[in-house]
Amino acid sequence: MTLFGYRVPMMASLIVWCVVWELVGRSGVMFLIPPLSDVLVAAVALVQTGTWQAAALTTLNSFLLGMALSIVVGVVLGVLMGRFPAIDNLLGIWVNIFVSAPLSALVPVLMILFGMGETTVVVTVFLFAVWIIVLDTRAGIQGVPNSLIEMGRSYGASKFALYYKIILLAALPEILAGIRLGVIRGVKGVVIGQLLVSIIGYGELFELYSRNFDMENFWALTIILFAAAMLLSAIIESIEKRVDYYAGVR
Amino acid sequence: MSLPAQANGSSRAVHNPEASSSLWRRLSEHRAALWRIASIGLFFLIWEIAGRIPISFAFPTFLETLRAFLVMTFDGSFAAAYAETLQPLVIGIAISAVIGVGVGIVMGLSRFAEWLVAPVFIVLQAAPMAALIPLITFVYGIGLLAKTLAVIMLALPVIALNGYKAVRNANPSLVAMCYSFQGTRWQRIAKIIIPDASPVIFAGLRLGLAAGFIGVILAELLITPTGIGDLITYHRSVADYPEMYAAVVSIILVSTLTLSALEAFELRVLRPEKRRS
Amino acid sequence: MRNITAQATAAAAMPAGSDVAVEVRGIAKMYNEVEALRSIDLDFPRGKLTTLLGPSGCGKTTLLKIIAGLIPATAGEIRVNGKVVTGPGPERAFVFQDFALMPWATVMRNVAFGLELKGMGKDERQAIAARYIGEVGLAGFEDKYPHELSGGMRQRVGLARAFAVNADVLLLDEPFSAVDEQNRRKFQEDLLELVEKEKKTFIFVTHSIEEAVYCSDRIIILSRRPGRIAQIIEPEIDRSASPDAIRRDQSYLDTVEEIWQGLKRYVD
Repeated sequence: MTLFGYRVPMMASLIVWCVVWELVGRSGVMFLIPPLSDVLVAAVALVQTGTWQAAALTTLNSFLLGMALSIVVGVVLGVLMGRFPAIDNLLGIWVNIFVSAPLSALVPVLMILFGMGETTVVVTVFLFAVWIIVLDTRAGIQGVPNSLIEMGRSYGASKFALYYKIILLAALPEILAGIRLGVIRGVKGVVIGQLLVSIIGYGELFELYSRNFDMENFWALTIILFAAAMLLSAIIESIEKRVDYYAGVR
Repeated sequence: MSLPAQANGSSRAVHNPEASSSLWRRLSEHRAALWRIASIGLFFLIWEIAGRIPISFAFPTFLETLRAFLVMTFDGSFAAAYAETLQPLVIGIAISAVIGVGVGIVMGLSRFAEWLVAPVFIVLQAAPMAALIPLITFVYGIGLLAKTLAVIMLALPVIALNGYKAVRNANPSLVAMCYSFQGTRWQRIAKIIIPDASPVIFAGLRLGLAAGFIGVILAELLITPTGIGDLITYHRSVADYPEMYAAVVSIILVSTLTLSALEAFELRVLRPEKRRS
Repeated sequence: MRNITAQATAAAAMPAGSDVAVEVRGIAKMYNEVEALRSIDLDFPRGKLTTLLGPSGCGKTTLLKIIAGLIPATAGEIRVNGKVVTGPGPERAFVFQDFALMPWATVMRNVAFGLELKGMGKDERQAIAARYIGEVGLAGFEDKYPHELSGGMRQRVGLARAFAVNADVLLLDEPFSAVDEQNRRKFQEDLLELVEKEKKTFIFVTHSIEEAVYCSDRIIILSRRPGRIAQIIEPEIDRSASPDAIRRDQSYLDTVEEIWQGLKRYVD
């Protein structure tokens, strides 16, 4: 939108909201909402503490492991479903069910199967992220024009080369989009997993701060978490932009 | 999901001579449904086998879970549980729908509203809102209000953003057509933009409902167990694993059936041109 | 065929005493740094079908939309029936290349839409719409939806909608380009009938030379960007003959050839 003739970028309105937050916090109308400046100060202090760093490490660990698994399994499954109708018919219904089901309901089950530790969180991340990656990969694979594949075959490409040089590259925009959405879901998974398990990582910290009404630290934690989620999403989006140039002409 | 592409270009038509039984031909027509049944059957079989091995002391077999499921259905436990669980869900979705669609439309029509509000919703949609749920309990306690708020927190951004995108991307050709026949601004909004945006707005409501289910389950597991969350937590605490699994399956079933019904409705009523004949 | 090149001003070349429906004076259009149209002066005689013809990018659709009031000109003015116009108005009706039909509305509602926007009552506008639905050959399809119609039928709906508002000037933006070949020829023949019957002024944009020569009383050829008037041609073809005879008529073929030769120079 334009203000006095100057184009103002979209996300700039967040700055306005930050100012609102600061004012609301200063006014003290709600003890739950401290001034933004206090939160930011707490955040800076927080990242330097050992507690936070240990929690962040645990969280990052579970998240990265779960995401790596979900990307590998998700892409492989998506490719198989996209290329082989039999597998698609077999697994399709389950992928569709789980991509929009309330997976948090499964976490109690995971807790009794895998215990109250990191494993459960890793599995949670995996389950939250994998389905959308499968679906989007499948869509990307199915969207590869037949003529490209026939072209590869007619020039004598081996099965391996066909996948590696043509199919995966042609489907890359959708695969990356799926991974981006998977990352967002994965972050939700790691948070939900840790909140429900609540004795490790961020979940533990959240519990601690909220129990003690330590609002500055609670919000500091929240902001760091949200910012990390947005940052990850933005990184993948920038990778997506690099393959965007051919997305429209396949 | 679209139909799978033909990987090798060959036709899938089955050319059976008349001599083949017509049963085979009828089966081929219902191919998709058959595959689904087979897939579900296979899943239950694997579950049953896994339960019998057993892969874990806390992993009941499929048949045990099925029995518990049927018992709980017929003795009213599910009915009572869902009566409680669905309350915050329905109320929360209703409120989110009204506010979300309204805000979404305003964002789509006004550049200023878009600039001011859309980034907030974008952040809320991407962020792990679950982290904020414990916070709700401080202000609003552990009752219906808190859980309804949890539903709204998760559903509202999705509904608003879909409504906003739908209005923003209204078919420019139709808008030009309305302009060429000297339509006023309100006519353009009411007769062109809103009808054009309706399918996507409805899809947004469906996605909002999915988010709402997530919200209500999270609320019941994180705030205080009622309804289905209570069934799950209680049976887990007394190690009645078949009952616990049955409760989990029930919520997955309920959400899937509701969302599928909505999708079918959407396809039949709102998008006749997209129906697969 | 009479060839009146742009050396004589278009206005002076008009036969004396003829009534002018649309006057274009000094129209220019810039898109940022790109000059789409340069200094266009044209008259469109009432009751006749004039075609804007030219290679891609010559600005013919831009000029049509400026006349329709859908986009503003950078300079110059348009007069319809003597009055200056800046936006869309009831005296002009536009037919879209991509049909612009509301997919959620029946044929009847789509055709009556222009009247609906004017606030006309339901019975009255449906009666008028029904008449034009019949005239474009879609009688019986009133309750169908656009997705149930072929491309050719959808364009007929667009045509009927433009007729229903009883505008003096009809502007058609490559109306038959999205239609297949057989239907296209049928359309051209039907269009000529409608022109004869309705006695309105038609301004037509096409990139098909044959279509232009077949349908038009007057052809304005625009050069490549920046669009300027290159030639004005009035095909002298006996339109009372049968459609097939017209397409084999010597003067028809000669006109097409001459225009093609002229355009070739610009395309290179």
